[in-house]
Amino acid sequence: MKVETPFNAEVIRKDFPILNRKVNGKPLIYLDNAATSQTPQKVIDAIVDYYSNYNANIHRGVHALSQEATDAYEQARIKIQKHFNAAKAYEIIFTSGTTHGINLVANGFSSLLKKGDEIIVSALEHHSNIVPWQMLCEKTGAALKVIPMDTNGELVLSEFNKLLNQNTKLVFVNHISNALGTINPIEPIIEKAHNVGAAVLIDGAQSCPHIKPDVQALDADFYVCSAHKICGPTGIGMLYGKEEWLKKLPPYQGGGEMIAEVTFEKTTYADLPHKFEAGTPNVCGGIAFGAAIDYMNAIGFDAIAQYENELLVYATQKLQKIEGLTIYGTATHKTSVISFNVGNIHPYDIGTILDKMGIAVRTGHHCAQPIMDFYKIPGTIRASFMFYNTKEEIDIFIASLKKAIMMLS
Amino acid sequence: MTIEEIQNEIIDEFSMFEDWEERYQYMIDLGKTLPLIQEQFKTDDHIIKGCQSKVWVHAEMNDDKVEFTADSDAIITKGIIAILIRAFSNQHPKDIIEANTDFIDKIGLKEHLSPTRANGLVSMIKQLKMYAIAYQTQLN
Repeated sequence: MKVETPFNAEVIRKDFPILNRKVNGKPLIYLDNAATSQTPQKVIDAIVDYYSNYNANIHRGVHALSQEATDAYEQARIKIQKHFNAAKAYEIIFTSGTTHGINLVANGFSSLLKKGDEIIVSALEHHSNIVPWQMLCEKTGAALKVIPMDTNGELVLSEFNKLLNQNTKLVFVNHISNALGTINPIEPIIEKAHNVGAAVLIDGAQSCPHIKPDVQALDADFYVCSAHKICGPTGIGMLYGKEEWLKKLPPYQGGGEMIAEVTFEKTTYADLPHKFEAGTPNVCGGIAFGAAIDYMNAIGFDAIAQYENELLVYATQKLQKIEGLTIYGTATHKTSVISFNVGNIHPYDIGTILDKMGIAVRTGHHCAQPIMDFYKIPGTIRASFMFYNTKEEIDIFIASLKKAIMMLS
Repeated sequence: MTIEEIQNEIIDEFSMFEDWEERYQYMIDLGKTLPLIQEQFKTDDHIIKGCQSKVWVHAEMNDDKVEFTADSDAIITKGIIAILIRAFSNQHPKDIIEANTDFIDKIGLKEHLSPTRANGLVSMIKQLKMYAIAYQTQLN
């Protein structure tokens, strides 16, 4: 008989050395997980092991180290493929992160779009998901359309339906909003976009720490994410693209690795995935990304989602009891992110005082100024929880917040 | 008083605080009580953009001394501005140009003057010195 191990955050916390440190003399309470997640010992070990034992350039070497490093890097690609349920390992392109993945696709589409074509983005986007499309539109003469949001922070799908037409070539939506935590209904968005023949890119930066996406079931054409949001290192991420799309897009950068044959007259490009991986890749990062995926799967995404939702509900109820506190983003489906303000107190002031008490939150516009403009606020305080956070930490956060409000009122 | 004398006075005042809470409460109170700038100068021409809190600075020269007024939308930033203005306002431009800002470190607020801190204070000090340089040029 299989016995389910109960989810125990206290045990899990021991995997994260950084959670033992103090900040300003107080135990660190890290609630800035939507910006970057912390790194478990297993991932740190993978990084140390790589540099201690088999650091080498990959894919070309005939020697043992190069072969070992190549194997480990390609194994990581397969781990990522399986995790996202991509049909082929070569549909996984290693990138430096979500922004790189988005730019790679945007750049690729610059040769496929023409004047009169249309690109649709959502009002819930991060700057990195707006600027590349504006640049693409300037370059190609295509027009940028925006799916509006309502006051709960949910996309208005009826408006999306009206924006779609035969000229729509691309739709870009984040799976989960970084500023508000809204889980967007990407399934109907993808289906409707496909009905008019448009491709869909999903920004999974915020979803990958909480959800295990199945890119084939979603039928996403492209899906991007960053390793550092899911307990991996910074500087590495992945772009999933359907084979047919990746073949259509031209290479992004020229260099070593991405070529098949070079003469001064003509270069033929390498096959997927190397066509998009010019130069020496972040080998260690890729391997550590794979280790992070293993770590998260060993805990289990269902258990993670259930526990994080408990944290979300617990913190939301406690925050709602604070007088003058407004929560932004109250979507029915949201992840463990709470964006809020207290009266007229500037988010920066609250963030500064919380930091003095060892609590890390994010303050500001969260690189999503259009959302702040929508609510007519300069920014918010954002607390975001991960499976290694605890209700005790939330209690301390709430008590510290009350103290900050008292000092600032 | 010279800039250095004022700075020493501020250091003395802060030495009486026992912990960060008292220091910050003092700055918050400073930020709350001081009207620092006339509304007419709270325009985009006078803004120094930090990533998160906005800072406005205005300068005038009277009797060869530069008078600064400034404000911020965040109260802790405003408190620190009040301290900076106290040290640098009503001083000869040459003295402002030559003044250092070590006293901020000595009163335990160094973290606010890190160039990576998103509060616009580093840019603000730069701006104060730029005004001083401009007025010094007029005097020469």
